[in-house]
Amino acid sequence: MANIMYWEAIQRAHDEEMARDPLVICMGEDIGVAGGTYKATKGLYEKYGPLRVMDTPISEGGFTGLGIGASFLGVRPIIEIMSVNFAWLAMDQMFNSAAKVRYMSGGQLTAPCVFRSAGGAAHQLGAQHSARMEKVFMGIAGLRVVTPSNPRQAYGLLKSAIRCDDPVFINEHELMYNMKGEVPDGEYFHPLEGSDVARAGTDVTLLGYNISVHWCLKAAEILDKQYGISAEVIDLYSLSPLDRAGIRKSVTKTHRAVVAEEDEAPVGVGSEVIAIINEECFFELDAAPVRVHSALVPQPYNHTLEKAAIPDHEDVVKAVLKLFGKA
Amino acid sequence: MKIEDKKRVLREMVLHRRFEERCYQAYIERKIGGFLHLYPGQEACCNGVMEAARPGHDYVITGYRDHVHAIKCGADPKEVMAELYGKETGSSKGRGGSMHIFDAAHRFMGGYALVGGPFPLAAGIAKAIQLKGGDEIAICFLGDAANNQGVFHETLNMAALWKLPVLFVCENNLYGIGTSIERSTAVVHQHKRVAGYNIPADECDGQDIDIVYEHARKAVDHVRAGNGPFFLELMTYRYRGHSMSDARSYRSREEEEIWKQRDPILMLRDRLITAGAITLADYEAIEKETDAYIENEIIKFAEESPEPRVEDLEKYVFADRETQLPWLTGKAA
Ligand SMILES: Cc1ncc(C[n+]2csc(CCOP(=O)(O)OP(=O)(O)O)c2C)c(N)n1
Ligand SMILES: [Mg+2]
Repeated sequence: MANIMYWEAIQRAHDEEMARDPLVICMGEDIGVAGGTYKATKGLYEKYGPLRVMDTPISEGGFTGLGIGASFLGVRPIIEIMSVNFAWLAMDQMFNSAAKVRYMSGGQLTAPCVFRSAGGAAHQLGAQHSARMEKVFMGIAGLRVVTPSNPRQAYGLLKSAIRCDDPVFINEHELMYNMKGEVPDGEYFHPLEGSDVARAGTDVTLLGYNISVHWCLKAAEILDKQYGISAEVIDLYSLSPLDRAGIRKSVTKTHRAVVAEEDEAPVGVGSEVIAIINEECFFELDAAPVRVHSALVPQPYNHTLEKAAIPDHEDVVKAVLKLFGKA
Repeated sequence: MKIEDKKRVLREMVLHRRFEERCYQAYIERKIGGFLHLYPGQEACCNGVMEAARPGHDYVITGYRDHVHAIKCGADPKEVMAELYGKETGSSKGRGGSMHIFDAAHRFMGGYALVGGPFPLAAGIAKAIQLKGGDEIAICFLGDAANNQGVFHETLNMAALWKLPVLFVCENNLYGIGTSIERSTAVVHQHKRVAGYNIPADECDGQDIDIVYEHARKAVDHVRAGNGPFFLELMTYRYRGHSMSDARSYRSREEEEIWKQRDPILMLRDRLITAGAITLADYEAIEKETDAYIENEIIKFAEESPEPRVEDLEKYVFADRETQLPWLTGKAA
């Protein structure tokens, strides 16, 4: 096991897959000569050259569509969108071309491409650089959505996404590229479907993904130490499809659920997970499930307002205490 | 084009015209649903370019006005009609419809309904060709109004930058639905717009197949020789409305008549008659045989084919699950 950073894990997955298959390429703004905004493609340009490590013009719709078109012929492009906020410009191609081509061609064409993008509020980046948009991607038929919460997942999910014949959107987080964690030394493929039990517990299920898994883990520790509440943390690394069986299994055991997301509440992961809980195990519940989410505002620049807009582990703790009638 | 080729192309163009007219009828009879965009008037564009290219070898992609392009690449007209009927035997198994004909085996990479959407896809296909090292080219047929999309410019820039083997064919029929080009576009002659991207461009009469062929040959040769992209503008006209619910209130019947004087099929027919290659009787026989073929084989096939099964509603959303299990479950061998 190597203890490496999130960005290093992503870089390693790129490198291994590009070394294995000459049709694996990567493309995006500043990913080549400059080495990538988050270093996720560092050193690849020198190793694989400009034909396979493509510094693109600032044309998100254009280069995303170009990658998708190449994938029709068996090329496996890893397309980096510098910030998920810019992905709006590429969504026409992602949704109308990549996600639908297999269906509308009756299975003749498929778009085996990977879209990677950093989302989330970092530090005072303002309204147009802080959005979380997983809610948009996870409702699209024909598109898989995964979101790594640690280096191991970042490496293994990208490896699987490249190999998979379906288009996969990988939602990364600006604050997590320097996070360290254990990654297997040998090749490792993280499943694109399912969920991980990040911490086992018995009294309440905390469901998170990407950065909110860490809020949940921290909250679980506080709940355990200060309140004697045993929380189970479920890591929903696959947002599409969501792991119905995993959600049901945990909630059936704990009878209580809190969903934590950095995104705004309307039409989000929280509403979707709670709908699944209702459909799968409503009668197992001892209390109505609760969601923890950010405020419905364009992300403010001011530091205090920014903090107020985004939830954290304390909000998860509060939500749990409320569930137990302790708040 | 050799005289034998011209005779074959005449027959093909008659099929393309009659096929589309038969679609019109089937739509009126409610056998075909959705949007239906027909090609009559523009036949010399697709035929002229594809005669200069290699159908079934070169990759072709286009918009929603796609039946004839698919057939020209080698798609079976029976399957195209079955697709319009929504049948399981259709080119896209009834899942696509008129605007989404696909025939990957003949390298017809599809019809797409978002105006301008195919531009970057075509460049991507060309990128794949470049990576794999083949002698194919990508050909992107789109309309004039599509050039007002941002991805048109983004794609031209990338195609030139990376010297991609892609031919952009602009079928300039002077209208985007009901808006004439003068009312939507600052530059009527579209080939002028690509100068800023260092892409060679050409414009010609899109009604005369001999002229289209000559210009297309230069364009195709340029791209196939590895010189990067080329942009070819063909001045043409669609006879029918944009789609089926179009009363053509935005243009005059006189204007339509002027264009019909230079019908691509009749011009080729008359030229072959003058050359003594066929007689008028031969041509009339072609029309008759074509109609019989359409009725007795194409329509019959579409009518008699089965509907898709409702149990298969979710088939083709994702790749076959069994083949993807290692990545879905993480249990890679
Ligand atoms: C992105 C998008 N905007 C609008 C439409 C509606 N629409 C369909 S065809 C069309 C006109 C396109 O004209 P042109 O590109 O000249 O092609 P033509 O139909 O003349 O062959 C429009 C506006 C659409 N399908 N997609
Ligand atoms: Mg037009």
